Amino acid sequence: MQALEYAMKKTMYEKIWDSHLVVDEAGQAPLLYVDRHLMHEVTSPQAFEGLKISGRKVRNPHSILATMDHCVPTKNRNLPIADPIAKKQIETMADNCRENGLNLYDMQNPNNGVIHVVVPEHGFVHPGMVVVCGDSHTATHGAFGALAFGIGTSEVEHVMATQTLPQKKSKTMQVVVNGSLSKYASAKDIALAITGKIGTAGGTGYVIEYTGSAIRELSMEGRMTLCNMAIEAGARAGLVAPDEKTYEYLKGREFAPAGDYWDQAVAYWKSLTSDEGAEFDTTIVLEGADIAPQVSWGTSPEQVVGVDGVVPSPESFADEGKRKACEGALAYMGLTANTKITDIPVDLVFIGSCTNGRIEDFRIAAEVAKGTKVAPGVTALAVPGSYHVKKQAEDEGLDKIFIEAGWEWRDPGCSMCLAMNGDELTKGQRSASTSNRNFEGRQGKGGRTHLVSPAMAAAAAAAGHFVDIRTL
Amino acid sequence: MEPYLKHDSVAALMDRSNVDTDQIIPKQFLKKVERSGFGIHLFHDWRYNDDGTDNAEFELNKPAFKGAKILVAGDNFGCGSSREHAPWAIADYGFNTIISTSYADIFYNNCFKNGILAIRVSQEQLDKVMAEISANEGVRFTVDLENQQVITPAGNGFSFEIDPFRKGNLLSGLDDIGLTLKHVDKISAYEVQHKQTFPWLWA
Repeated sequence: MQALEYAMKKTMYEKIWDSHLVVDEAGQAPLLYVDRHLMHEVTSPQAFEGLKISGRKVRNPHSILATMDHCVPTKNRNLPIADPIAKKQIETMADNCRENGLNLYDMQNPNNGVIHVVVPEHGFVHPGMVVVCGDSHTATHGAFGALAFGIGTSEVEHVMATQTLPQKKSKTMQVVVNGSLSKYASAKDIALAITGKIGTAGGTGYVIEYTGSAIRELSMEGRMTLCNMAIEAGARAGLVAPDEKTYEYLKGREFAPAGDYWDQAVAYWKSLTSDEGAEFDTTIVLEGADIAPQVSWGTSPEQVVGVDGVVPSPESFADEGKRKACEGALAYMGLTANTKITDIPVDLVFIGSCTNGRIEDFRIAAEVAKGTKVAPGVTALAVPGSYHVKKQAEDEGLDKIFIEAGWEWRDPGCSMCLAMNGDELTKGQRSASTSNRNFEGRQGKGGRTHLVSPAMAAAAAAAGHFVDIRTL
Repeated sequence: MEPYLKHDSVAALMDRSNVDTDQIIPKQFLKKVERSGFGIHLFHDWRYNDDGTDNAEFELNKPAFKGAKILVAGDNFGCGSSREHAPWAIADYGFNTIISTSYADIFYNNCFKNGILAIRVSQEQLDKVMAEISANEGVRFTVDLENQQVITPAGNGFSFEIDPFRKGNLLSGLDDIGLTLKHVDKISAYEVQHKQTFPWLWA
């Protein structure tokens, strides 16, 4: 009997998985039901084309929320898009959404912004849902206790046609962050520290659940930043159990349960947390107080170090693959081993993206930027994650702080996170960026990206090099 | 999707780890609304010089690897973004098989949707196969999916594991959506129950 009870203890992931199984038969992949399907212009056109060719229809148009974010300009929005191929992609998105009756926040819509910033603002994702999007940073919505993961375009088509996806069950990993973060360390630093610790393939095959007091202390925005980068550690998804902060955040938003349904929904959400004693396949433990503000030095998000550290030398890696990767990264990044991180100069600073483009990010950055001036020769871009974030920031006077400090205050979009819209680094330029990937060429061919938190980015803009914000 | 047939092809070597999807297909090529024509952009930033000529230093530009259908690469191949443009570019270039120790999750799924067989091998096995290509560039391997075997001239062949569902789909070239829609009654039944349990999601 005791053994049976033990066996019935489930993690949150297992609960969500079990409640969404439509078909689970031998000889084929289990079919999982999809509650919410998010879309943007880059990964959807070929899926709509496939649907049309096969004569299939969108099964549940109400499950879809779409935006335009990757290719949209962040200035002069009123002018036509200069790049004809991007323009066609944007127009195709609008046509596809209109033809299929989908809810689209287009470029001029006051709800427009980066998909993973917009969706939570409208309460479109709730705890316990299965959420997909043709975008690896879909993991963001795990912050609400939803199983949210990125899919390819063929799968986008599959979900539109069937509202389901064949899936393989993942293993479970618990990442515990004990204690509290030190001042100026943030969710971004936790995410980078985890990736540094387990590597970009460390989470492959796993769904991560983040637990521990330092996670509980994070705001919803912080939890979104953390889950957003679960994919950078290779995980299928990241999850944070819902709590009062989650309910408080959701209550009253457009797509949140209303009226009598609210209490019913909250009661259900409370049942989702991992059972006491449920087993995870792997557990990793970090101490919150040990996490320094992080700076990536290489061309993979696992190549990261505390701001008080130095650029490592290839010889410091025992593993041959990592040693070679370090050599390649130093050459690409134009860095010499043992250089102090705080001695690395920057040319451009970017605050924004689905990782760090929310109101809290701009509040923290503005606090650091207040009364400073962008260093000579440095360009600094503040790109809100959505029009709502932009408006909120302007209502709080944050835009003035940035503008007075010499920053550009832009319209929302993915912008320099992946540099598809014309905002990009030129060859050899070096950025301090609050985005999520420092791959070669990610921010422009030959561009050199250092991933940091918003506070670290703002400090670097003023100094012209990285600064240990704990010493400010 | 074309059925995956047994073949005998040149195996190209890419001795790099963590090859990410931004390298496989840089973002400037993601604006197209069609599925085809991505092959010429595969590995663009490594493959071409700034003036657009071929970079002779880049491994896939070696004459010996011309026409290769098999790509042998280091750990964690395809990490990063979910862009299916990555396997589209790989397939359009001519590859239908990748051999590595590990792949990023989304990329791995995307491969099988596009007729690409992504084979996982042990580090030891990968080292042997890589050494064989290094010693004899242009060497041809035989890939037999039916019997889950790779055969090499120097005897470094191996058998590999693959999910039977994925294998079946590759061999038959079947459309996933068609298979799922065989269960449409079960999907409808699930939705009826879902509406009763979670009425707020349908309100």
